[in-house]
Amino acid sequence: MVWEGGKALFAIPAYKLPHVHEIFGDFLREGAGGERWAWIMAQNAGYTALESLVGFFLGGSAGFALAVLFAHSRLLERGFLPYVIASQTVPILAIAPMVVVWLGTGWVSKAVIAAYLTFFPVTINMLRGLRAVEPDALTLMRALAATPRQVFCRLRFPAALPYLFTALRISATVSVVGAIVGELPVGSRYGMGVVIINAAQYYNWRPANLWAAILVSALLGIVFYGAVGAVERRVVRWRPSPAAS
Amino acid sequence: MGPPIIDVQGVGKTFDSQAGSTEALREITLAVGPEEFVSIIGPSGCGKSTLVRIVGDLVEPSTGTVRVNGKSPRRARLDRDYGVVFQTPVLYDWRTTAENVRLPLELTGRPRADREARPSALLALVGLAAFRDHYPWQLSGGMQQRVAIARALALEPTILLMDEPFGALDEMTRERLNLELLHVWSETSATVLFVTHSIAEAVFLSTRVVVMTPRPGQVAAVVDIDLPRPRADATRTLPRFFDLVTTVRSSLRDGVRL
Repeated sequence: MVWEGGKALFAIPAYKLPHVHEIFGDFLREGAGGERWAWIMAQNAGYTALESLVGFFLGGSAGFALAVLFAHSRLLERGFLPYVIASQTVPILAIAPMVVVWLGTGWVSKAVIAAYLTFFPVTINMLRGLRAVEPDALTLMRALAATPRQVFCRLRFPAALPYLFTALRISATVSVVGAIVGELPVGSRYGMGVVIINAAQYYNWRPANLWAAILVSALLGIVFYGAVGAVERRVVRWRPSPAAS
Repeated sequence: MGPPIIDVQGVGKTFDSQAGSTEALREITLAVGPEEFVSIIGPSGCGKSTLVRIVGDLVEPSTGTVRVNGKSPRRARLDRDYGVVFQTPVLYDWRTTAENVRLPLELTGRPRADREARPSALLALVGLAAFRDHYPWQLSGGMQQRVAIARALALEPTILLMDEPFGALDEMTRERLNLELLHVWSETSATVLFVTHSIAEAVFLSTRVVVMTPRPGQVAAVVDIDLPRPRADATRTLPRFFDLVTTVRSSLRDGVRL
């Protein structure tokens, strides 16, 4: 409604903003190979989803490990955190082609690029969560003569879980972006990134195709985000409402 | 009175920071016998919390020595001789009531049967048997503090250190919990060291009240509380109760002049 209303109101031509029915119609159109675009999109989206998933777990684990390391040692944090931050200031578009050159045009390089974007929010948030423990909660552990391992497993880690999930929500969407960016360099054959590049090249001819690809990519990110949210509701059950995070 | 359970000899504490050093405690000497209930009362910032934390090996003293059950406080802590209750309940949000009470049993690797049965028994003791599967946010402040007391009793400590446990509660809740605490105490054989701001609370609960001076905290007076036991709501209306409250109050005032 807003879409079509805006289009009519400002007289936006189809090449700038196609009709909604054109975008959805694009899914029913047959591609060069005789397959419908809905199927082509689904296959490529599935490919990107797998890359994102692997990247998400890879990056999540790496981010978690870094956070635990930094939480244990201020020295390590001061030594390495600046590099972690610097790694995120370099545009991913500049790094992606290099990673593809190093690791090939298959799914591995895409997963690594997704992981590269994913680990950072996890490290930062998890580190904060591990440190955000009430002093008296630690004093209690000391009074009970708890071992460092017990303090971590029974206090710091569960206390940090809400922080971790906040990070994972961010990482969920970012991992999809990472995988798509990883598919953009020349040589990639599958994935939403490839679909987007191709659609962009033929944009003047068939604008709805790119819009459909964007729609599918966005949907993928939303599904990832929703999945993390669903896991969070199962794990973090002690909050009065999920809105607390 | 047998040999002291807690023996504090000439303990002093000075906190050093960039803003300079602050002398919190000076020359504290105090002996607490078995099954005594000793309250420490004094103005804000007199170091009474620090004193309790020194006894519990949660803070290092700058001078003097402490012996607990004939051992160093550190040894006593590692032997889990202490149960500790803070001003805030310090319950873990992600654990239910029963799971919070179970925490000390998990840390010490108690047998499974013990880990299941003891929290229920302790929650029954503090009147929260029906709330074992509730999360902390579902409980009132008074209920949370009762859970904290149950948790402190989980390992059957010989010493209970209580740092203003009812300080954040309203007067009515506090009086009810005072009674409950005495009931719980009579069921255990713990020696209690209890920090409070409230004169009435100190007199009602204790066998002895230690009155402290403003910073640096020193012992201004020790008042024996010879009120009959078991104590009940009626205790608060006894003339002797008012006498003792007056005695403690004037000791506090003298302490300020000291």
